[in-house]
Parts: sequence; structure tokens; C-alpha cells
Amino acid sequence: MQRWLFFFCKMGKKSPVLCIGEEQPKNCFTELQVLKGHFDIVRFLVQIDDFRCASAGDDGLVLVWNVETGERLQELRGHSQQITAITTITCKNEVTLNTSLITASSDRSLSLWDPDTGNRVQTISDLHSSVKCLLVLERLCVWLSGGEELCVWNRDFQLQCQRPNHSDTGITALIELPKNYIAAAMDKKIMIYSLTVSADSSLSVAEIRCLSDHQDQIRALINVNDGLFASGSHMGELILWNATEWNLLAYEHILWEESQDYNQTEIRMGAPKPSEMSIQHLTTNGNLILAAVGSGLYVYSVQTRSVVAYRKVAHDSNVLHTMLLSDCELMSCSEDGSVRMWEIQDLPLPAEPASSGFFGMWSFGRSNKQSGPPSKKVIDIPNIRMLELTGDLIGHSGAVQMFVSFTEKGLVTCSADHLLILWKNGERQSRLRSLALFQKLEERGGL
Amino acid sequence: MIGSPDVVAFAKEDEYGQTSPDPWPLPEEFSVPLYPLADSNPWAKTSYAKFTKDFILISEFSEQVGPQPLLTIPDDPKVCGTFDLNYFSLRIMSVDYQASFVGHPPGTGYPRLSFVEDSRVVLGDSKEGAFAYVHHLTLYDLEARGFVRPFCMAYVAADEKKIMLQFQELSLRFSQASECLKAGNRRAFAKELQRKLRDLEYTHSVLQREEGLQREAGPQSMYSAHAVEKANELANVEKSIFEHRDLLKQISSYHRRPRRDPHAVTCQKCVDECLSECEELLNKYAKIAYPCGYSEKAGKGEDGQGHPRGQGEDDDDDEEEEGVKRKLSYTPQLIKAKSAKCFDKRLKTLQELCDKTFYEATVALLKETERSFRGDLCYLYTRRLDKALQRKQRVTAFLFEEDLSEDDEDELGTLRPFCAVNHAVDNYVLLNPPPIVLTPEPHELDALERPEHLDPASETSVTQESELGLGESHLESSPSDQTLETQESSEETKGSFSSDKSGVGLAEMQQGLVSMKSEAPDPDPDSDLTPDPNHNLERESSSEEMETTAGEDEGETGGHQTPVSLLEVVSELEANREEECEGVSGSELLAPIDTACCMAQEGFLYEASAPEAVPRLCQNSHLQPSQTLVVNQEPQALLPLQDDYTVGSPCSESPVTGLELPSGLLGDAVSRTSAEDGSDCTMSASTGSDQTASPLGYGAVVTLRQRKKAGQGALRFVRQYPFAIQALWCLLSGRTLVVLGADEGRVRRLVAALALFVPAPGKCGERVQAWLSCPFTLTDLQRWKLIGLQRVASPLGSSMLYSLSRYSRYISILDADQTTLRCPPYRGQLLTNIADHRTYIRRGSTYFLHLQSTLCHLAAKAFLFTFTHHLHLPVSATEGPEVVESRRRCFLQEQLGLGEEDSQILLYLSQLITQQYLQPNGSSAAAPSFSFNYTTSILYKI
Repeated sequence: MQRWLFFFCKMGKKSPVLCIGEEQPKNCFTELQVLKGHFDIVRFLVQIDDFRCASAGDDGLVLVWNVETGERLQELRGHSQQITAITTITCKNEVTLNTSLITASSDRSLSLWDPDTGNRVQTISDLHSSVKCLLVLERLCVWLSGGEELCVWNRDFQLQCQRPNHSDTGITALIELPKNYIAAAMDKKIMIYSLTVSADSSLSVAEIRCLSDHQDQIRALINVNDGLFASGSHMGELILWNATEWNLLAYEHILWEESQDYNQTEIRMGAPKPSEMSIQHLTTNGNLILAAVGSGLYVYSVQTRSVVAYRKVAHDSNVLHTMLLSDCELMSCSEDGSVRMWEIQDLPLPAEPASSGFFGMWSFGRSNKQSGPPSKKVIDIPNIRMLELTGDLIGHSGAVQMFVSFTEKGLVTCSADHLLILWKNGERQSRLRSLALFQKLEERGGL
Repeated sequence: MIGSPDVVAFAKEDEYGQTSPDPWPLPEEFSVPLYPLADSNPWAKTSYAKFTKDFILISEFSEQVGPQPLLTIPDDPKVCGTFDLNYFSLRIMSVDYQASFVGHPPGTGYPRLSFVEDSRVVLGDSKEGAFAYVHHLTLYDLEARGFVRPFCMAYVAADEKKIMLQFQELSLRFSQASECLKAGNRRAFAKELQRKLRDLEYTHSVLQREEGLQREAGPQSMYSAHAVEKANELANVEKSIFEHRDLLKQISSYHRRPRRDPHAVTCQKCVDECLSECEELLNKYAKIAYPCGYSEKAGKGEDGQGHPRGQGEDDDDDEEEEGVKRKLSYTPQLIKAKSAKCFDKRLKTLQELCDKTFYEATVALLKETERSFRGDLCYLYTRRLDKALQRKQRVTAFLFEEDLSEDDEDELGTLRPFCAVNHAVDNYVLLNPPPIVLTPEPHELDALERPEHLDPASETSVTQESELGLGESHLESSPSDQTLETQESSEETKGSFSSDKSGVGLAEMQQGLVSMKSEAPDPDPDSDLTPDPNHNLERESSSEEMETTAGEDEGETGGHQTPVSLLEVVSELEANREEECEGVSGSELLAPIDTACCMAQEGFLYEASAPEAVPRLCQNSHLQPSQTLVVNQEPQALLPLQDDYTVGSPCSESPVTGLELPSGLLGDAVSRTSAEDGSDCTMSASTGSDQTASPLGYGAVVTLRQRKKAGQGALRFVRQYPFAIQALWCLLSGRTLVVLGADEGRVRRLVAALALFVPAPGKCGERVQAWLSCPFTLTDLQRWKLIGLQRVASPLGSSMLYSLSRYSRYISILDADQTTLRCPPYRGQLLTNIADHRTYIRRGSTYFLHLQSTLCHLAAKAFLFTFTHHLHLPVSATEGPEVVESRRRCFLQEQLGLGEEDSQILLYLSQLITQQYLQPNGSSAAAPSFSFNYTTSILYKI
């Protein structure tokens, strides 16, 4: 036992992976609830409203949870195979806001669910191919499904129009652009479609442009703000696009480079494997773009077009999902089963952090795609900051696929170990419990 | 002398008159008298008792042999030692203040069942050094004199004070037992009546048929002696049917009677069941036993067929009623005019008198009573205090105390009926009592019938036919009958009957007496004691006792001579009855008993019991509220009767030796162990921990014995390991402790010892996992607060180590092999007194008690903390959570004097209390939450 303890303690020092230890004063998640119900990997979490969320995964089940109590509210059964995409769709009835769930599954069906009753309101089966992504356009009261073809549906699940696809991989991601344009990621290209509503209120989809600046498969596609969207590829390219004119604003190729003063005894391959640079996930709050690159994290400032902070080895394994809590706080989860919380801190010294790796990057503007100021060399920027680990959540025994934050109500994580964990602030919970206790005491009129 | 505190105290009192009332008076239950037994040595009293410890004695006043002990609880001869049970039975039975009025009071028609309340007496025999709480009760027996059998249950102890002080509770417990016995007895009695009524009915039908035959044979012989005899006999049977129906009514009206006994609480469901059962029976027999109806039908049958038991009639009935009445599998028997002698008749045993279930339940109840009264008065008193306290702490008791079983509520004085048939369980057997199946013996009637009638089915069909026939013809007359019934039941206590019936009833009453008397001397071949008690009993109960008979001997001769012999007997009896009818008034009941048929012994017995007859009579006539009489005097010299008991009693089939009689089958082992328990318990009364005596509800649950043993283990742990205090802190502050080791026994022992410190371990220790040999997950950590983990040197082991290191922030690891502990540092003071490795406590049970008191103290603090509003919630709207937080910290640190780590214990306990309070059953749809905190661990070594 001593040996392994020793090993464990040493691990923190020797391994490149961070080990924060057990003292985490900034970590407020001191209570957890394990939510059981799934039978297979849980891949998706969707927030329905401010206290409910839905989880879906490879078992084809969709479960609706009350985040405040940890109760399972509904069990939506219907899909026979794994769920490939899930999203919420909000209908504004006269008074009420009605949120429903749309799910897509490998059994080539699409379903609309009412999370209040657990009813399957609509369903479409026998599609040509399984749907890989969903996009709801609230403005037009339609929603789109992307797979091998792009389909546009109205709220009643009637197909408005569709557009076959020539790519092998099909559409993997869809985002909405201004002026009824839509960007779809297909393998190495980004297709821009325009959605036009004709006089008789019928819809049509037209292919407008194909953006093919990525050298590798596009893994992530997000809207940054009204004028920008970003995409990330498997080999670590991060491209910032103009959302209206669809031209390239910035191109960053993230390369983790071996640092010289890094432990020499460790044998590494000369060039990093592409998977180590793959951009798994992109997230943004408008000012910053957070990219999950391999097992590292990369924070990019939209204004300055420069890197703000980075950490090459943030997790033991690939980072699967990230979130920016604020301009200086972020969170990531990984295949190693942990969720980590980070803080972007100013470096204590102007000296470069030499501990965990060297950041190398070329950034260059492409002349043929004109306009947009060429991005600066980030290495030169002195005000680079540091990602400091402030806490980690260990509970899952499999890869943490995704998490959803309910701010002060807690954090829900889902994992390959079939579980969801609800992480909460213990102090808040105990306060709530005390409140309930005294309420009950009052109702009963004493003990 | 002057300075001695006593004197000062008295002087002060004198000076100021009365002292000012104590502003903080102790609650009633805490005020222990300082010098309770100033005058005497508390152990002196028990010294000359001939028995070693208290026991319960059940005795009977047998009408054959007088008072005799039936059974003792515990059923161990050692307990009674040289104590003379026979003599003591005589003593206790001789103070029966129950009203046992038997027979019919003037003005009533039928023999009355006496509804007597139990009586409670405390009786002392200082010569024997025995004192007893004596509870008399009366059970019904159709065959017994006056239908009653007096019994008594006595709690015999050497300590008079114990009995006197525990009187209320003893009375309560014994009342429950008595009610249970009586409930079972009523059931059995009703069943017996049912059988009897069937038999009578059958006899009646046979007689009628025979009478009709005679009438047919020649109208000139209408007035022949034979015919008159026949008619008399028939009338007799009819009366007897009426009588028995009336008895059935009475027994079913039992529950409507207002109870005078405040302790007599019965299970309402049982009552309802029994009532409905009786009603059902009554309805049934109201139809069947309507003699006129039957006779008409029978007459018709005979008219039509010309032969009383014509083939055609039977066939018809077979066809008609087969489906309907198939279920009646009981074969009725002719009632024989044999008159057994008093002493040949085998009286039913207590088991037979009561339903088996009820008897067993009663014995179990008494056993539990015996168990709960073990130990001396002081011990009982402390235990009661303990329980009363625990009951008041329901909110926190779940933390470290075992929860009280439900029965303990009784001790509070709440009258909770004891139900023999646990009514939570659906008990259909008792709801619909199983049909009484008697082996259809080749009846003599069958012998004289044609061969095809040999099968029992055809025989039953006879009764069936009669039942149905009666049912039909009864229809028009039933309303009146019903009204009569209700009248009776309402006016029962007054004993008023419709006048037309009363005359007959009186006569019939006498007949009943005669019947008992007359059957006594007749050596009954049936009643000698066939080894199978069930069959024997059934047959006896159904066929004995009544004077009409279908003689077995006639069966062989065949033909229709049966009535002849029958009539002879009956006429004899008739004459007898008439005599008595003239001579004896209904109220002087005891007189006819002293007749020739009673042997000298019997006579003596009645003499002996004669003094009681008077109070019985008067008590019954006024139905006094039951009062508890305390007779505490030396016994008068009584005739030595023991020899008679043991030798006498012709019904030696039942082992009357008293002690061996009862529950030998299952009782032995149990009672023996429990006896040991008891002695242990009395011995270690100082070690208190009492909870041995909370008897029910601990099946596979952690028993006190285990806990005491664990106390030893815990003491050893504390003395052996310098880091014990840290381990205890982990457990108490809710951090899961993993005991890692290769040796299963060692790990299990450690876990068992440490389980004492797990707050809210659950009833069966659900929060503790003694031995786990696979890697654990987060949910396991959530479920278990103490885990024994196997250390294995294999790939599995490495994955286990991985899970250990992965979840290391949630757990503390105690390595049993290398004696190390990895856990957050603890620097508090709260636990030093229970985890002092230099402790002077040497005994495990002492340590256990010490521990209990400390934990109790903790629980009290946690309670205070949990339910203090301002420590958790803002007092005003302007206050933020920080203010509350600082106030809480201030409370914990300054008012309770707890450091950071000690506060964690309290916070955890408080959290448990809150959860328990919000969800008392622990069941909620939501997953349980698991709290932890992020602190570094350090490794402790020896």
C-alpha cells in the first residue's frame, strides 16, 4: 500500500499531467448525486429550462432530470438505436413557452418529445440516412437536419425541402449565419447554404459557396458572434470566418512543440500525432474562443486575434467538451474521466512558463482570401497568461462526454460509465435543506 | 455532626418552612429515589425463594382433579427448582374472584354462557418466598360443567415489590394474553357448536324418520309407549338444538357486550372476523335447525316414497344438491345416549380449547412478557427510563441507537390490542376456517343401508337434503326468528326472553345439567383415549355428552332397533330431568352436581371451591366492573392434594405433569437460550445496555451481543492504534473508511469494531460492507461508510488500487496489514475521551457504554445545532449568507467549543438529522446525495 501511495504522490511531480491534489479551496462542488438510468454511454446533455435537463446516449433512451432534486422526471423511450443528435425546440404559444425535444437516432428516425408528459409527439422513421446534426431556426419556425442530406422541416415534422449531399461523410455540424444563411461542415469543407422563403411560404435551399481552406476534417464549427464564426479541424487548424462575407479572417495552426528543457528521458515520437492536435471542441463567449486541442486547452482572443492562454497537457487524455464560465474561468472534461476547472491567471513573472511544454504556432493570413488584418505572432505577445487548475471533479469511471452547467444549481456531467453525476455546492444545498427543515417544522407545528 | 450535610439540610428546611421550588425540576421519570431501600438488603428477599428466577405459571381448575399446573414459562425445570407448583396452583386458583356464574338465571330460557371479566390479584406466600400476580380467566368448553373452564396465569416472582410496582404493566400484558386466549377460545367454541349442531340436526332427522315410520306402521300404535318415547326423544333433540343455537347466539353477541375491563382491548379486526363468522354460522343454523320445517319435509318425503330412506329420494337429492353442498365434507354423527362418568371424560387441553394459532401466539406473548420482566426491579426501572428517553429522541435516535421495536409502545400504557393472527398478513385460513374434515367412518347407518350407500357422499347427502329442505321451509318463519335474535342480543344481560319460551328454556337448562351428569358414569368406549387426539376430540365433542344416541352396538345387529335403545335412555333422562325441574330452581345451580355420579373426589373439589361460589354468583348477577383485588396474606391451610393430581386424572393421555406439557417441541431450545440470555442480562444489569430485552424486530439485525463484542474490538483498536482517533473522526465526519487487508478475518473484525462509530448505520448495518473483494465505484462509496476491502496481488488488485487512488479524496484508507492510516489530519479534542489509547477501561461492554454516552452527547449537540434556526437561515432579510455562516462558525467554535475538524462531525450529524427529518423513511425518488470536502490526506504510521 505504501508503495502505491508513494507512486501516487510522485505521479503529481513527475508526470506532465497536472495533479492539483486534494486541497481545492476554490472548488465549490462539495456534494454530488449519482443519477442512474442509462444502460450505455451517455453522450448528450441538453438543458430544457432552468431546472431540467435531458440526457441521451447509446442506449437510445432519453431521460429528463430535475437538476434541483436529482429526480428522474421522464423516461422517453422510442429509439431503438443510439441517439446521434438532440436539441430543444421552443414553441411560443399564446402565453406559455413550450420546450420540446427533437432527437435523431441511428435507427434513421427523428422524434419530437414533450418533456413534461414524456409523450412522443411526432416521429419520422425510415429516413434515407441517419441524422448527425440538428439545427433549429426559431426565427423561421423551421428546423434542419444534417446527415448525408440536408433537410428542412417545419414544426409539424413536415419536410419543407431537402438537398442531397455529394460528400461521403455527410454534414457533421450546422450553424446559423445571418440573413438566412447556413454553414454546414462536411469533411474538409464548409458549405454555405441560403434558405429562401418564397411568396407562397415554401422554402428552398441553395448552395452558395464552398469554403475549402481546411487541410483536414472539420471537427468543430461554432458561431462566435454576429459577424464571426469559427471552425477547427483534426490537424489543429483554427479558422475564423466572416459570417456575412464568408471570407477567412484568421488562420491559426496549433502545434504543440516539444520543449527542450522537458524531461529528456521520456521518449517521444518526433512529430506529434495528429490526434494530439485535433480540435475536438470549440466554445466561445464572444470574446474568447476556447479550443480543446488533443488533451490540451487553448484560449484565443477574438479581438486581438491572438492566443490568451494555453496548456498543452490539461488532461491525461483527449478533451471532449469545454465551457467558458466567464472571461477567466473555464471548464473541461476529458476521456480520462475527470472534469477540470481552470482559471486564466496573469503570469506571476514575465518569464515564460517552461514547465509543461512550448507553444509553437504559425499564424499567417492568406493573401488570396483578402481582407481582415493579418494575425500577429502570438509568441511575441508578452501579455500571454496562464491557465491555472483550480479544481477537478473525479467521480466518473469512464470518459466524461459532456457537461451542462446550471450555474449555482450545479453541474451535470455524463459519461461513458452510463452515469450522470450532479455536482452541487454543498453549502448551498445544506442551506436549502435547512430551509426545508424549518418549513416542515413549521408545518408540523413542532417536532 | 453539625457540619454533616444531612443535618444542615434539615435545619434549613425547618428554618424557612418551605424551600423555594426548584426552577429546573427534573422530569418525573428522572427522579430516582435516593435511598429506595434504606432498611433492607435488596438481595435478602430472594434468598429463601425456592426458584431461581421469575416465571409464568398457567394453571387450571380442573373439574376432575382440581387445581393443577399446566405449564411454566420458561419451560425449564431448573427455573422452578424445588418450588411446589401443585401447591402453588392450588393457592392461586383458590383466590379466583371472577364471577363464574353458570347456567341460566331465573327468567331466561336457555343455559347462559357467563361472560366474566378477568380478575387480577396479587398474592403472596411468604413461607415459600413467592409472590405472584395472578390473572384469572374463563374459557368456554361445550363439554365442561356450565360450559366454563377456569384458568389462571400467574407471574411468580420472589420480589414482592417488583410485582406490586409492575402491576399495571403485568396486568396489561396478561390482559393481552388473556384476550388472545379468549378470542381463540371463542372461535374454537363456535366451531364446536357448529359440529354439535350438525350432529344434533342429523340425529333429529333420523329420529323423525323413525318416528314417521312408526306412525305409518300403524295409527293404532300412536299412543304406544314406544311412540311416546320416540316423541320425547325427538322433543329432547329439538330442545337441545334450540339450546345450542342459543349458545351460538350468545357467543356471537360476546363482542357487543360492553367491556368493564379497561385493559381488555381486542384487535378490532379479529373481533369483526369472529363476529361475521359467528353470524354466518348463526344464519346457517337458524335455517337448518328449524325442526318443524324439517319434519314437514321429511313427512312429505315419507309420504311420497313410502320408505323413509328411499332410493329415489336420495338420488334426487344427490342430483339436486350435489353441486351446492359438496363442500360440506363433514360427516354428521348420531348423538349417542351414552353418559360418560365425570372422570372418564377427557377434558380438552388448553391447546384444544383455543385455536392453535391463538394458543401459540399467547405462549409467545407470555414468553416475551417473561423476557421483558427479567432482571430485578432496579434494572427494569433503568431500562424503562432508557427507553422513555429514547422514545423522546426519535429525531436523533437513528444516529447511534438501535431503533425501538414497535411493541415497546405498550409500555407507555397505550392500549394496543395484541393480535394473534398478525393482521398485517392476509390470513385466509382464519377468515374462513377450514371445513372440519372428519374421516367418514363407516357409520352404523351405512351398515344397514344398501351397499351403494356405503360411500360417504351418499351419507352426507342425507344431511344436505335435510338442510336444504329446512332452508326452504324456513323461509317464511325466518323473519320472526331474526327479530328474536336481535332482541336477545340486546337484552341479553337482562336475560329477558319472550315468555312463551322461558318455561321450556328452564326445563332445557336442567336437561343440560342432567346431560352432563348422566353422561359421566357411563363408561364410554369412544372416549378412551385413542392415541390420535384430533380425531378423538372431534368425535367426542360431536358425539358425546348428549343423551340421544345412535348406538354403535346396534349397528351390527342392523334393522331399526336403534330407536328402541335410544328411547330407553332418553326416557330415563326425561324422568330425571322432570324431577329436577320440579325440585330445583334455576338459580341454585351447584346443587345438582353433587349427585351420585360424582365420586368422592369430585365432591371434595366442590367443597373446596364452595366459598368462591357465592362471590361468583353475585358478581355475575350484577356484572361488576372488574376490580383488581390484592390478597396479600398467608394462605390458609389447605388439604394436600398433590398426590391426587398426579395419580388421579384418568385422562392421563395428556401429560398432566404440568411442566412437560406445553410447547416442548419448539420451546425448548429457544427458552433455554433465552434463559441464558436472561441470566446474563440480570448479571450485567450494571452494564445496562439493556437492549437485549427489546426482543422482537431483530432477526438478522445487529444484536446487542454483537455490539458488545464489537465494543471489545473497538477498545482493542483504540488501545492498539495510535491513529485510532483519526480513524474514528473519519467515520464520524462521514468520510468513508476503507479497511484494506489480505486476511479476511482480521478485516472483518476491524470492520465490526469500527461499525460502532458509523452514524446512522441502518437497521441491519446497511452502511457497512464488511468484506469486498472487487474494485468499488463511486456509488459504493456513497452507499457504504465503512468498507472492508480485500487486498489481492493480481491484475484485479491493481485495478482495485487504481480505484483506491482515484477516489482517494473521498476515502480514508486503513491498511490492516501495514498498520497505516491515510486520512486528513485531525487535531480536535472532541474524540479524545473515546479514543484514548491509555484508557483505563478494560472491558468491552464498559467501553461500549462509555462510547454510547459520548455519542449520545454528540447527537444531542447535533440536534441543538440542526434545529437552531438562526444558525442556518438569516434572521432578517438584509443578512447575507456570509453573516449566517459566520454566526454558525461562531456558535460551533465558541459556544460548543469545537475546532474545525470537530465541527465537521457536527455538520455531518446535522446533515443526517436533516435528511432523516425531511425523509423519515429514507425513501425518495431522488438519488441520495454524497457530501465531501477537499482536504489533503496524510499518512499515519504506528
